[in-house]
Amino acid sequence: MNKAEILVIDDEEQIRRMLEITLKTNNYLVAEAATGNEGLIMASNHPPDIILLDLGLPDKDGMIVLAELREWHTGPIIILSVQNSEEVIIKALDIGANDYLSKPFRTGELLARIRSALRSSTAEDIEPIINSEDLQIDLLTRTVKKKGELVKLTNTEYNLLSIFARNDGKVLTHQYLLRTVWGPGFINQSQYLRVFVAQIRKKIEDDPNRPEYLLTESGVGYRFISKM
Amino acid sequence: MLSKQKQYLISIGLVLLIAIICYGISSWLGYRVVAFILLLTVSLIAISFDILPVLISATLSAVIWDFFFIPPRFNFHVGNTEDIILLIMYFIIAMINAVLTYKIRLVEKASRKKEEKANTLKLYDTLLNSLSHELRTPIATIVAATDNIQSGNENLTKENKDELINEISKASLRLNQQVENLLNMSRLESGFIKPKMDWCDINELVYDTVKKIEENKITQKISITINSDLPFIKMDKLLLGQAIYNLLNNATLYTRSNCKINVVALIHTDILELIIEDNGDGFPAAELENVFDKFYRLKYSKAGGTGLGLSIVKGFVEALKGKVNLENISTGGARFTITLPTETSYLKLLP
Repeated sequence: MNKAEILVIDDEEQIRRMLEITLKTNNYLVAEAATGNEGLIMASNHPPDIILLDLGLPDKDGMIVLAELREWHTGPIIILSVQNSEEVIIKALDIGANDYLSKPFRTGELLARIRSALRSSTAEDIEPIINSEDLQIDLLTRTVKKKGELVKLTNTEYNLLSIFARNDGKVLTHQYLLRTVWGPGFINQSQYLRVFVAQIRKKIEDDPNRPEYLLTESGVGYRFISKM
Repeated sequence: MLSKQKQYLISIGLVLLIAIICYGISSWLGYRVVAFILLLTVSLIAISFDILPVLISATLSAVIWDFFFIPPRFNFHVGNTEDIILLIMYFIIAMINAVLTYKIRLVEKASRKKEEKANTLKLYDTLLNSLSHELRTPIATIVAATDNIQSGNENLTKENKDELINEISKASLRLNQQVENLLNMSRLESGFIKPKMDWCDINELVYDTVKKIEENKITQKISITINSDLPFIKMDKLLLGQAIYNLLNNATLYTRSNCKINVVALIHTDILELIIEDNGDGFPAAELENVFDKFYRLKYSKAGGTGLGLSIVKGFVEALKGKVNLENISTGGARFTITLPTETSYLKLLP
């Protein structure tokens, strides 16, 4: 497979240098932009496989850069920002960011997010079967197996789990999940979501209190991570 | 202090009420005794109210006394010379009373302000000292360790380098923790903390927070005792999560390795009770009440820490309208108890 290309848009030179070394030594090609406009031009001239975007840019609000990129760019965009308030994260995800990491972040975490974003974007279509160690989710036959045993799920539980499975590795906000599973009238009923997530965890996690598949993104939403 | 309007209402009302009572029993009471009772009422009002309401009640009571009590009653005419002198003296004493009390309060206010300013300065000094220490130490570690690695010194073995890198990593995490504390403290100081209440699973919150603490490579064992059937509670997860994090962080920093830390959550109807206890040495009894003060650090406590962590806990818990309490356990160790009013929801098991 060809090396994936990553465009880093960040005005801090230290962060760019550090990312360049980290990414190159992990077999990615790296392009860098120090301003929002430079980043937009570079992305349109030569669309990268993934974009790492800082929100605090000198020339343009990062949210606007994100919105402008999303007018035509469909590839994954991961936000790297010092802002870690849930409002900002939710807004960025709503505008179309695939993921959000607040600075400071651990390198291992960044690489994992990049891998997961690349995997979901390069897969031709969503894999109909998630095969992850002791958990299998078959989206065609609507069956879920844990340690080889069939898991009984209610309709709503299955609908929710299948949305997670289709968005492997991606943060899904409370509002998005409530809107998609229950409908637009339910976006404030966050306790519905919590009930169902708790029930799904009881069925697919070894220890529902220490989940490994269905993770909480505090104040923002949930993220499903398969171990493929 | 009550609002201006309320002060006027209360002082006038009080004078009228006392006057009516005196009027009712005026057949047993000499009118000169009534003067003293009214004077006492004005003095009491002067203790806690502004000067204007006090002056008004002084004047009002003098007029009432004259009109309703001094014979001949029900007109402003005063019968004998003695009573004229009494009335004038009544008025003067009431005024002096009002002005003097007001002046005393002014002086008191000024000295309190002065004291506050001195305290702020002292606090500022402590802040600068502990901050410069807490921020510079990890920075010094990072600078020195990187210099060392870059020096090209041939005596530096691979193990030495790994050790230095490990120190850099630890120092940066510590730096991050301190910056986080400072940011939280400035949020509290700004007074703009608005809790965002949403349904929250207390099990999930505690387990997630414990997971975060365990990422710090702690040497203590944390156990969690929470009934999995607890209802959802309406809570600001970030504020409560940060409070729990700081308490756990404190426990892991200041107890010996292999100590046990236990987290307990209970819900009594509409009250959430969160207990974080350890079996370490506990706190010196004399310092128990100070530990939540900003920048307060125990005497003889080991290096590190700005004395912000626990005051943030208190600030956040109070922003959630709750209380945090600290006690020593008789068998050894410290117990922090957070009590928070909350709404609960037993909505579970939907189709």
